[in-house]
Amino acid sequence: MAKINRLPRTPMPEQEPHVRARNFDEVPLGYTPEMARQEASRCLQCKKPACRKGCPVQVYIPEFIDEIAKGAFGRAAEILKQTNSLPAVCGRVCPQENQCESYCILGKKHEPVAIGRLERFAADWEREQGEVKLPELPPKTGKRVAVVGAGPAGLTVAGDLILKGHDVTVFEALHKPGGVLVYGIPEFRLPKAIVKAEVDYLRRLGVRFEMNAVIGKIRTVEELLTEDGFHAVFVGAGAGLPRFMGIPGENLNGVYSANEYLTRSNLMKAYLFPEYDTPVVRARRVAVLGGGNVAMDAARTALRLGAEASIIVYRRGREEMPARVEEVHHAEEEGVAFRLLANPTGILGDDNGWVRALQCVQMQLGEPDESGRRRPEPIPGSEFELEVDAVVVAIGNAPNPLVPSTTPSIQTTRWGTIVADEETGQTTMPGVYAGGDVVTGAATVILAMGAGRTAADAIHQYLGGA
Amino acid sequence: MYEIVETQVLAPTVHRMVLRAPEIARKHRAGNFIVLRIHEKGERIPLTVADKDVEAGTITLVFQAVGRTTTELGELKAGDRLLDLAGPMGEPTHIDRFPGVVVCVGGGIGVAPVHPIACALKAAGNRVVSIIGARSKEILIMEEEMRRTSDELLVATDDGSYGHHGFVTDVLRDVIEREGKQNVSLVVAIGPVPMMRACCKVTEPYGVSTVVSLNPIMVDATGMCGACRVTVGGETRFACVDGPEFDGHQVDFDELTQRLRAYLDDERRAMQVWNERHGSHSCHG
Repeated sequence: MAKINRLPRTPMPEQEPHVRARNFDEVPLGYTPEMARQEASRCLQCKKPACRKGCPVQVYIPEFIDEIAKGAFGRAAEILKQTNSLPAVCGRVCPQENQCESYCILGKKHEPVAIGRLERFAADWEREQGEVKLPELPPKTGKRVAVVGAGPAGLTVAGDLILKGHDVTVFEALHKPGGVLVYGIPEFRLPKAIVKAEVDYLRRLGVRFEMNAVIGKIRTVEELLTEDGFHAVFVGAGAGLPRFMGIPGENLNGVYSANEYLTRSNLMKAYLFPEYDTPVVRARRVAVLGGGNVAMDAARTALRLGAEASIIVYRRGREEMPARVEEVHHAEEEGVAFRLLANPTGILGDDNGWVRALQCVQMQLGEPDESGRRRPEPIPGSEFELEVDAVVVAIGNAPNPLVPSTTPSIQTTRWGTIVADEETGQTTMPGVYAGGDVVTGAATVILAMGAGRTAADAIHQYLGGA
Repeated sequence: MYEIVETQVLAPTVHRMVLRAPEIARKHRAGNFIVLRIHEKGERIPLTVADKDVEAGTITLVFQAVGRTTTELGELKAGDRLLDLAGPMGEPTHIDRFPGVVVCVGGGIGVAPVHPIACALKAAGNRVVSIIGARSKEILIMEEEMRRTSDELLVATDDGSYGHHGFVTDVLRDVIEREGKQNVSLVVAIGPVPMMRACCKVTEPYGVSTVVSLNPIMVDATGMCGACRVTVGGETRFACVDGPEFDGHQVDFDELTQRLRAYLDDERRAMQVWNERHGSHSCHG
């Protein structure tokens, strides 16, 4: 066994950086069956698997990997789906290095098993076989659940509760289901066909989707419960309210929130303009403000939209960037530039109201602040200008206020997040549960799914289920 | 899919379209707008609702075919369907029983969004004086509807072909003078940006509170993207969720004008592509 363990982690083939930086196709190409079986054979099959502790939805990790090692790929996918309704998505966008893989015993001396890549492989393999087999559904309970928001949290709740025999209707404000999976995360990181396949699977299970339904406007949460006959409501409305810097020049033409830039490109397919009708500014030089995953997505999108220069401007250092190491690495390989320890102080415009430069001040790191990260401080006299013709602000999102502001019984925090019990997702309004970014503030897909799982269990109990 | 029940050309390039949308009709309040998308490759565009019929389950849109999407929309006929329709969006107009008189001003296509507001103000027991205007008589719209819902209707045309020869702003000034500024509780002015700005310039010295409805570029219209940001009283607001109506005396109209021009080149290119594809239409071949 020790011999097998010394096999290096199996790399996953990728598109060449100079090629992929100019197309929207997915960057990593996935394992072949041979690669997957080789990687799966590295798993120690621990009796008490530590990796599961690192997974917000407690995937049966050694079990599904064992099936891959045996070549039973379909069985591996079935095991994944017992606890994770979106494995093809999670295999791609979860920060495994901080979750399951960080607990892998192999990682202590060698490299951890590539759990995420294997998850992706099994889910992709199953999907590529054609129509995915449906599990047997229990008899209907006669209870009806409304899910507000078709993002990762809402889709998880829908998937879990339909499997328990409840009727589920998902209300989505936009015209396509998926939430951040379709408007935020770019095609090159998460192909939209995969999101569609996951949603189609839920539809086949019997989940109803009502698109263009802005809860808070067309119906309130109260009306869903009192007039529409729903027995419980789950609110997973997401963190859909972009923050801006509050610096001069932010309303110049060519300044975008990351949400707008990515929504135009991803959801509205502006990269295919004029075949598609929605345009997006094709800038020559783009500055992206922020150091998270969304900033990396925006910077990499800018290159694919034809930018000669795409520059991440971040006020702390490389170590402090909240983005996944893999995302930073991918961005760097593709030619994204990094201006670290640079704080934007203003955006300068030309005579027609278009961006012409970003004003910044150089920073240095001082003592740690309350977040434990070293606090950046401006260096006097170090102001400089960066010539750019577009600026994308990617410094985070606050919860979308449409549901809380129209539902007085739901208590919110001073940050605008919904107050929900951590163990159950229960809000201050009876029968109403919440989870995902609308509760935590902007976080990750898998944490939203974990919250969805928790809330689904609690809703099932609330509806009288065992 | 959302069925088109009826279409009508009100004036050159100005279209009226009745859509089956029972839930939106029921929930719509004056000042709300909708977002639509014609087909899979289409843009999301916001349009104000000109009228509704709760019993028939319909809403009425009035729009001008100026860009790629509105041109395509204008070619649709009864029985055709829109892929997406979402609403009602935005905050409704603040409706109250105001002392004195309220003045509703609609310029050009802006008469359409003013109409439901005039109706709601009238229904709340206000004395409503309406002023509508257009460049010329043949492009003046919704005169009859506005007359029905107003205690008094005044008309202005730029070329003098009908009503007062001049701008709605001239008439607005006359009405304030005639009624006395203290008796004018509210002015609602909706139309092209220069018209709304000019109305605010008229009312400001009198201190008459003036509400305008802004039409910046939007994408999702649920507060998610911030494309529609406008500066009001020195603060950035999102027209889709904080508006679309704002205190006109506080609005930065220069910035609004600048932001509305952001995609002019793209719009021209999109129109060109549309015309090439639909060549027979544009040359009546």
